[in-house]
Amino acid sequence: MSILDMTAVELAAAIRNKEVTVMEATEAVLAQIEKSESKYHCYVTVDKEGALKQAAEVQGKIDAGELTGPLAGVPVAIKDNMCTEGLLTTCSSKILYNFIPTFSSEAVLNLQKAGAVILGKTNMDEFAMGSTTETSAYGETRNPWNPEHVPGGSSGGSAAAVAANECFYALGSDTGGSIRQPASFCGVVGLKPTYGTVSRYGLIAYGSSLDQIGPLCKDVTDCATIMEVIASHDTKDSTSVERNDTDFTSALVDDVKGMRIGIPRDYFGEGLDSEVKDAVLKAAQVLKDKGAIVEEFDLSLVEYAIPTYYTIAAAEASSNLERFDGIKYGYRTEEYEGLHNMYKKSRSEGFGAEVKRRIMLGSFVLSSGYYDAYYLKALRVKALIKKAFDEAFAKYDVILGPVAPTTAPKLGESLSDPIKMYLGDIYTISINLAGLPGLSIPCGVDTKGLPIGLQLIGDCFNEKKLIQTAYAYEKARGVFGRKGDK
Amino acid sequence: MANIISDETIDYVGILAKLELSDEEKEQAKKDMGSMLDYIDKLGELDTEGVEPMSHVFPVKNVFREDIVTNGDIREEILKNAPGEKDGMFVVPRTFE
Repeated sequence: MSILDMTAVELAAAIRNKEVTVMEATEAVLAQIEKSESKYHCYVTVDKEGALKQAAEVQGKIDAGELTGPLAGVPVAIKDNMCTEGLLTTCSSKILYNFIPTFSSEAVLNLQKAGAVILGKTNMDEFAMGSTTETSAYGETRNPWNPEHVPGGSSGGSAAAVAANECFYALGSDTGGSIRQPASFCGVVGLKPTYGTVSRYGLIAYGSSLDQIGPLCKDVTDCATIMEVIASHDTKDSTSVERNDTDFTSALVDDVKGMRIGIPRDYFGEGLDSEVKDAVLKAAQVLKDKGAIVEEFDLSLVEYAIPTYYTIAAAEASSNLERFDGIKYGYRTEEYEGLHNMYKKSRSEGFGAEVKRRIMLGSFVLSSGYYDAYYLKALRVKALIKKAFDEAFAKYDVILGPVAPTTAPKLGESLSDPIKMYLGDIYTISINLAGLPGLSIPCGVDTKGLPIGLQLIGDCFNEKKLIQTAYAYEKARGVFGRKGDK
Repeated sequence: MANIISDETIDYVGILAKLELSDEEKEQAKKDMGSMLDYIDKLGELDTEGVEPMSHVFPVKNVFREDIVTNGDIREEILKNAPGEKDGMFVVPRTFE
């Protein structure tokens, strides 16, 4: 097996067994980046020199017996909204075109402690606002399955990098589907953990009550292994949850006998592509054949999730993005008259159209006179959505459905109509509102040759049920991968 | 039920958002915000009487810690990111005469 074909866990094992060195793995993946990056543009920044330096250091620690973990020596890509000390972090925005963080995000530090080699920073929708990675100020990323199509978003660079073998795994962040949807479009595994499981310290905030960091990777074993490394209780994040059940790899069990799986009828209505529908239902049948109890039910309120989400996310974004003022870091306009004019001009020139659209909407729904009617109303509906999930999880261990209504659209097709683009988030968004974990795993390829994703949703703190179900499905499905680039 | 956004509203929101939009951007923003609000108005179909607004899905409390400095002095590195810096401080335009 060539190095690039290995999963993260396989590579770490090969390094431990001295079949491969960390330097060989790093050089192999850097060569792959060199070869295919011009085609896909997964990265904003590739830190070749830094990666080679880390590779030598990590190998030294492995040889000295200091690093023995299941990911030691494996090269990883980080979404460009996570701070990395000394390494450019842009959030794919012009307003952070020159920002060099003085600290690293907690999730990145956890990876480094486990012996990760950081390759660089992946492209994304600007400030994670978008579903296609086309709102990046640094150019679009292309889908490795077909470069005419988008990789999804906002963690499109991370998903594409995994699919194109330009890294062994990647970190992404998910506010309304931004890990699961690109994972689905690029044919890789992605997990959005329960809110509070992975520290948000050092993650540049978009919608703080919804944002969560998670892995994008080649298979479910990698997914569980990465989760064990990045999940941590962090006093620097006041919403971090203390959990003592983060031994996620213990759920890598090929058994779904008696697992109660609910399929929401409301996820299979109008707007769902028939090939996606068939592939997802076929996956449900596979689980049923393996002994799961599968039945349909009505989740309710599905159509209200998107307006609720865009109200809350825009409100939080307008507040979170106030910090970009052209004073402490980032872009400052060249000519201005006084302080306020400088703020306004720096922000107007530094932010792209989609970011400005959401800041404007968020400022409006929080403004005096509209706060109750829009923002508080959305928080009330959020409570109803959470209740609907609570009722569902009283009956089911796992909810199964599609990740997105279609496979990856063509480049340039989505941005012209924002509401249409937002509708693509219909199956992923309510999971963030309710704080639930959601996993995306490939379950087929459509007639255009584009991958289809299956979404498994769990109750809060029930990632293990998702991992177990996904693992059992993966065993039955067999190897899933893209041909080419080899 | 279509929401019509006036010039005054867009100007006011622009002040809140600290954004200076060109005339063309303003027209687009009026259109976009109007259609988003039409869409959000769908929430009005739901009766939320008596439902408490949920800001957080878990019952979280304030997290307190002792006020002890744990980070080192990295003033120089922090100031390196600033567009304007002088004598160890951020430079801003004059705000009063």
